[in-house]
Amino acid sequence: MDNANVTRRDFIYVASAAAAGVGLAASLWPFIDQMNPAADTLALKEVEFDLTPVIPGQIVTIEWQKKPVFIRRRTPEEVKAAEDAPLGDLIDPQADKDRVQKPEWLILVATCTHLGCVPSKEMKGEFGGWLCPCHGSHYDTSGRIRKGPAPKNLEVPPYQFLSDTKVLIGAAPKAGAAAEHHG
Amino acid sequence: MAHGNYSYKPTNAFTKWLDSRLPIIRLIDESVLAFPTPKNLNMWFTFGGILTFMLAVQIVSGIVLAMHYVPHETQAFDSVERIMRDVNYGWLLRYMHSNGASFFFIAVYLHIFRGLYYGSYKAPREVLWLLGIVIYLLMMATGFLGYTLPWGQMSFWGATVITNFFSAIPVIGESITQWLWGSFAVDNSTLQRFFSLHYLLPFVIAGVVVLHIWALHVPGNNNPLGIDVKGPADTVPFHPYYTTKDAFWIALFLIVFCYFIFFNPNFLGHADNYVPANRLVTPAHIVPEWYYLPLYAILRSVPDKLFGVILMFGAIFVWALLPWLDTSRVRSNRFRPFMKQFFWILMVVIFLLGYLGAQTADDSNLVFFGVELPIGKILLSRILTIYYFLHFLLITPLVGLMETPHAVPESISKAVLAKKGGAQS
Repeated sequence: MDNANVTRRDFIYVASAAAAGVGLAASLWPFIDQMNPAADTLALKEVEFDLTPVIPGQIVTIEWQKKPVFIRRRTPEEVKAAEDAPLGDLIDPQADKDRVQKPEWLILVATCTHLGCVPSKEMKGEFGGWLCPCHGSHYDTSGRIRKGPAPKNLEVPPYQFLSDTKVLIGAAPKAGAAAEHHG
Repeated sequence: MAHGNYSYKPTNAFTKWLDSRLPIIRLIDESVLAFPTPKNLNMWFTFGGILTFMLAVQIVSGIVLAMHYVPHETQAFDSVERIMRDVNYGWLLRYMHSNGASFFFIAVYLHIFRGLYYGSYKAPREVLWLLGIVIYLLMMATGFLGYTLPWGQMSFWGATVITNFFSAIPVIGESITQWLWGSFAVDNSTLQRFFSLHYLLPFVIAGVVVLHIWALHVPGNNNPLGIDVKGPADTVPFHPYYTTKDAFWIALFLIVFCYFIFFNPNFLGHADNYVPANRLVTPAHIVPEWYYLPLYAILRSVPDKLFGVILMFGAIFVWALLPWLDTSRVRSNRFRPFMKQFFWILMVVIFLLGYLGAQTADDSNLVFFGVELPIGKILLSRILTIYYFLHFLLITPLVGLMETPHAVPESISKAVLAKKGGAQS
């Protein structure tokens, strides 16, 4: 008779402790969740950019969701270098065609995937893309990590070409946008 | 042992009345004034007092700076400049607070290395040592949060790099960083919460300091000989002997502190932090404050992000294992001929790591005070990082087992008298 010592009072103790535990956990949640991005921060979803002034070879930095975004008008040589890089050489293998909608326009979140610095536009690194000044990560002309401590390629944000000269950063790409590249 | 047989005796009607209601005078008398302290403490044992003093300096100067500072991304930088230019003595208060952080860390490093040299972490002081590590980690967090507040370029990018350590956590890393930022990047939300926490943590430090002193007062102070107090002949009351000694060294410490405040207030800072934060451009060469540099070098020596972050935190965590890694039966390095050498090698390694942490992130050869050495910076920082961990994980246990320590004196009192007699003859 193991249960001889278990009384109805024990049940009440366990039940009230469990209810208090759940209540405490539930009341903690607002204090934790208040630190997540607020509604006005989340509302900064899309930003439109006019591509007309960007000349071939130029990189411009714009702001989207408080993050810097690179818009790079790649030269044919840069496109070729990105397309020709053997996938086997890559730390985070991804084909260039999967990172662009139009080969000429490379659009990337300009946040180093190591510790969040903005890779330098002036120092292009060993692969002609970007060099992060903080801890020496080298990115190629597709924004893929080639050397250094960063674990991943520069992120491609969602974007949509509104016309040949206008791009909307933050919007889901139009269906079939990638097909344009595949020809 | 530490309290001996002494007990406080109230002398007049008021103190007798109070003692039976709130024995606060008894607490102060027994734990501070009359507290029996080894009679042979040298200057390296005054840093506890210096640190307590510096905590007070930081809290008082910080509270008044908060009366003028505005924690908002559009106004933070300008409000700091207003403190510097317009607020009465604002320049003094800010330089006191910013240099005070550095001097707080100078004192804490000397305090920690003192503990390493004299074996203050060994039984029965393990909990005292662990609480010290907690205080050090809280100081690191507070220093980092405070450095963000002026909202200059180094503030902004320092905050970005440090918060991104958490993005190394697999799967949930990105959610955690966004939760820390309250945004998709370091932002006004981040600045406001950092200010709130920067104000809070010093009081948490003060609380853990109380625990640290409590844990000190159970076994009593260690001492340069590392041997236990055996009787009243080995001790003197804390007051006036160590209140005076601490006050003397606090005064000397303040002279150096004042040199930096008044004559070289930006020497320990970085010029880039006088450029307002710009989220679109990272400065070409970002460095943390000097007190993080050895850890920063360890982080950068590892080519893998997650492992680099783990190793950097591991460099502090390994201290927590030290009481159990040290197999020696003798505490003080004064009697440990081999461990003493390894202690100084460790000091050189930590200094070199700090030097490497301040260099640019390329793999050129190290230029050490103008002389180019035939070794790459990354390779050297890897060797030093490995040595740092080997010191604690391998050298400390092995030397403790293999070395034959010198004979330790019978008692503190005998050692002190022998030394005095020797000097006279």
